[in-house]
Amino acid sequence: MAEQQTIPKQSHEQAWPAEGLTRVPYRVFQTEESYRTEQQRIFHGPSWHYLALEVELPEPGDFRTTKIGDTPVIVTRDSDGEIYAFENRCAHRGSLICLDTQGKGKKDFSCVYHAWTYDRQGNLTGVAFKDGVKGKGGMPDTFRMQDHRPRKLRIALLHGLIFGSFSEDVPLIEDYLGEEISSGIERVLGGRTPVVLGRFTQVLPNNWKLYMENVKDSYHASILHLFFTTFELNMLSQKGAIVVDESGGHHVSYSAMDREAQKDLEYARQQIRSESEYKLADPSLLQGFDEYHDGVTLQILSVFPTFVLQQIQNAIAVRQIVPRAIDKTDLNWTYIGFTDDTPEQRLTRIKQGNLVGPAGYISMEDGCVGGFVQRGIAGAPGQEAVLEMGGSQAQSSESRVTEASVRGFWKAYRSNMGL
Amino acid sequence: MSNNVYQMIARALAEYARCIDDDRLEEWPNHFHGACVYKITTAANYRDGLEAGIIFANSRGMLTDRVSALREANIYERQSYRHIIGQPSILSVDEGEVHSETPFLVARILQDGDTDIFATGRYFDLYKLEDGEAKLNERTVVCDSSRIDTLLALPL
Repeated sequence: MAEQQTIPKQSHEQAWPAEGLTRVPYRVFQTEESYRTEQQRIFHGPSWHYLALEVELPEPGDFRTTKIGDTPVIVTRDSDGEIYAFENRCAHRGSLICLDTQGKGKKDFSCVYHAWTYDRQGNLTGVAFKDGVKGKGGMPDTFRMQDHRPRKLRIALLHGLIFGSFSEDVPLIEDYLGEEISSGIERVLGGRTPVVLGRFTQVLPNNWKLYMENVKDSYHASILHLFFTTFELNMLSQKGAIVVDESGGHHVSYSAMDREAQKDLEYARQQIRSESEYKLADPSLLQGFDEYHDGVTLQILSVFPTFVLQQIQNAIAVRQIVPRAIDKTDLNWTYIGFTDDTPEQRLTRIKQGNLVGPAGYISMEDGCVGGFVQRGIAGAPGQEAVLEMGGSQAQSSESRVTEASVRGFWKAYRSNMGL
Repeated sequence: MSNNVYQMIARALAEYARCIDDDRLEEWPNHFHGACVYKITTAANYRDGLEAGIIFANSRGMLTDRVSALREANIYERQSYRHIIGQPSILSVDEGEVHSETPFLVARILQDGDTDIFATGRYFDLYKLEDGEAKLNERTVVCDSSRIDTLLALPL
């Protein structure tokens, strides 16, 4: 029998490397098949997806449009005061129902194509020329409007955040997140009314999972982001910890400033750039106010698959990650303050906005590093990333010199994807 | 409005763009008075009155820090801009203070030669005229799009 050269099957069904959580095959960032399967199993699967802030829809008739993965979604508040969300897809021929990003006073949503009309809960309430014109044409008698509508989402509200899910099987949000993650959200948002200070979209030249890995990666923070290290915002030797939930998919990483701490000898030994001469001409940037009374100056919290809540000093933001293509991802930033901010506190938040976002002193690099990976692995679909820092498990850790929460992401990912 | 004012504003705009495009970022803060505001935002935020910026500085020191961070701290691929500045509209002139609005287009050139339209928008400026020269008290850079590709390193 002649030897046949077999081409490795680029399938998501292809076995995950035997090492388990410490390896990630690069093909999952590269293939059409991974992307397509994720749309079904993750974005339409039993997960909660951030949609908007409640304060962005204060009154009945307010709406916003967003996306869960590829799927366009309309989020509304109806006259009963409740939040609803449904697919932004006309049940007739599939057109977008709503073209605007946001708006107020919407009584119903009418598709521009043939004027099929939906109420604020996504029910079909009108079909143009349903009964024909002058007794001719129109829908058959068998057509019933209640049989046709875009898919509706389940909604969960948590401390002013609106989450939605297409899945009937998704657990209650409290069970989904677990106690520790929920309390991390409550710490930042609980009992407060947020104010939107600005919205920005950063277009990342990489697969969405590379950004989520980056968010969960406390190992890189003080190495890639020199700004952090120089101003002792996040030395790995500071007090801090990583919490990874049971599923692996959610995490909280936090650290507390320790201004009295001696220059960290480990950094000098490793010759990592932490001994810069760099000083701020206007140090007021970093002069924040004590908002949480617990000494924690940085808390990054992620909810699987694509939500991040950030507190970096007094810069508070939510980040929503929306994949647009295999190698293109929208990172939607919403900067927030709170209604009870004093003018000085508000100014502090605006100034510390320089730390984050597309031009952020400590987040700029995250915009490009995913692209460096995407380009680096271009010729290596058969190779794997190594995630052994801090062991092989995906559990909480007092050390942040670990990739535990990155491994946690892959644990949850594989569980959802059936890999 | 005298032609003189128009010329001073036009000259200031041209020199500002040239300074950034020539990679003389250390001179960039000199285009502002000491007490100044520099902000980059989007048309949607500007319309809705949302205060936060992609970049926000309310002192010349903060501008200097932005340059130092770009030179010393931040990591990004080598790139340059080409500003194409439109004609300024002079909105008001009052006791040496000039409000103007000027459209711009900025192309970004990456080290591999990839060139794209990185940003278009408007400068809403408040100039103060001193010694026959216009310097910025305030510049609000309003980008037409809410989307920033990859990252915004160099100032607009």
